[in-house]
Amino acid sequence: MPAPADFRAQIQALRPYLLRYASLQLRDAAAAEDCVQEALVAALAGESGFAGRANLRTWLTGILKHKIVDAIRRQSREAPLAAEDDEDLEDLDGLFARNGHWTERPPAWSDPDGALEQSRFFRALEACLARLPARTGRAFMMREHLGLETGEICKELDITPTHCWVLLYRARMALRECLQQTWFGK
Amino acid sequence: MKLLTCRETTRLVSQGLDRELAFGERVALRVHFAICTGCRRARRQMAFLRRAMQALPEDGVRPRA
Repeated sequence: MPAPADFRAQIQALRPYLLRYASLQLRDAAAAEDCVQEALVAALAGESGFAGRANLRTWLTGILKHKIVDAIRRQSREAPLAAEDDEDLEDLDGLFARNGHWTERPPAWSDPDGALEQSRFFRALEACLARLPARTGRAFMMREHLGLETGEICKELDITPTHCWVLLYRARMALRECLQQTWFGK
Repeated sequence: MKLLTCRETTRLVSQGLDRELAFGERVALRVHFAICTGCRRARRQMAFLRRAMQALPEDGVRPRA
């Protein structure tokens, strides 16, 4: 186990990463800052819980995740995100023709598993996530990253299950397109 | 049986990641996949997104090959 001062320094070094991670999900710099601060305080208090077992970044991210879920719950009570203009399902940016078939068939992706080994890929994924409309991105992060069930997402965002599925569908289609352009199509 | 368009297919594929699909929906998807390369790719890509999102906080943990 690292010495206390060393431990603190290692944690501080991860701060930029943690901030980026929290901002991606909360889309609010101040709220992200608060979450990271809370997580770091909890981490320093619970240092013995770490004990060098896991990777430090993974361990801190785990603590931060809980703080983010709490913040999302708080936010949805106090200042719910407004519905976006483009949540309408029928407008998927011309992906489909009027008859419901692809205007352009999605190309195959080569070596997706190899992408998961590269940090550059995750930077590209983060950039694509940041481009999603706020509520769409929020719903998608809650579902796919925080692993919440649709029922809970509906409750937090105050929307119907059908609406929730629409947001998740839009997010997946938009991310597919974005990764095609910025990563797999290169 | 009703044949699905690609728009309906991708929508169902996405919902299949969030809820249990009905038997009829699964059959309709299978029929569509049999004839549509684009939708098969979209399905694989959406499943890949799920794996990528779960791996998100771990990035950089493994040394680069």
